Amino acid sequence: MANTYKLIEAKTLGSAVSSVTFSSIPGTYTDLNLVCSIRTSRSAVAENILIGFNGSTSSFSAKTLGGQGNSGVDNLTTARLIGPADGDNATASTFANMSVYIPNYTSSDYKSYSADAVMEDNAALAFAYLTAGLWSNTASITSIELTTALSNNFKTNCTFYLYGISNS
Amino acid sequence: MPTKLIINCATGEQTEVELTAEEIAQREADAAAFAVAEAERIAAAEAAAAAKASGLAKLMALGLTEDEANALVK
Repeated sequence: MANTYKLIEAKTLGSAVSSVTFSSIPGTYTDLNLVCSIRTSRSAVAENILIGFNGSTSSFSAKTLGGQGNSGVDNLTTARLIGPADGDNATASTFANMSVYIPNYTSSDYKSYSADAVMEDNAALAFAYLTAGLWSNTASITSIELTTALSNNFKTNCTFYLYGISNS
Repeated sequence: MPTKLIINCATGEQTEVELTAEEIAQREADAAAFAVAEAERIAAAEAAAAAKASGLAKLMALGLTEDEANALVK
């Protein structure tokens, strides 16, 4: 059980942006936890959010279990996917919530991560995803980038919190 | 012009930078590729569901009840 949980950086968007990058992440923690609240500009109920490390979008693989409120369960293998986010047609002023946990981000092994994300929408359709992901790269993670899958923007008032967790 | 937000965790500096033409082109290409992959995934799922329904119908045509047919294809 982690005995430290320290906020590294936080941001509430004052204007729309196409991507959010945490750069120069200190290597002084054991694990990282990125916690976000996201609404996008996509003209639909939902959008997908993708993650990248160290400027790389390759060597990622993932398994996602998805529920969508009004039909069956999805079993996705979309690389870099960490969760659904509200599109601009979701209920006004609602945001998706997601948490990405990255253990041992400075190790010389491949980097695993898990993500837990759910949309907020006052309608029958709202997605929830649980993801197990892998970045097959041995480099220490020094930056994390979030983008939308379909070239949309993160809207004003989205929030992003990056925490560092130490095991001692 | 779309912008990207960079939060420097060492300095705390937060900057918004306009995307270059190359970055915009890459972003559009990535989105198009994602849309194609997603459409293929949905089509495959729909094809699998249709094949299952077709199989069930054929089993029931052989005389199995719906419960018996469902039990075979689960």
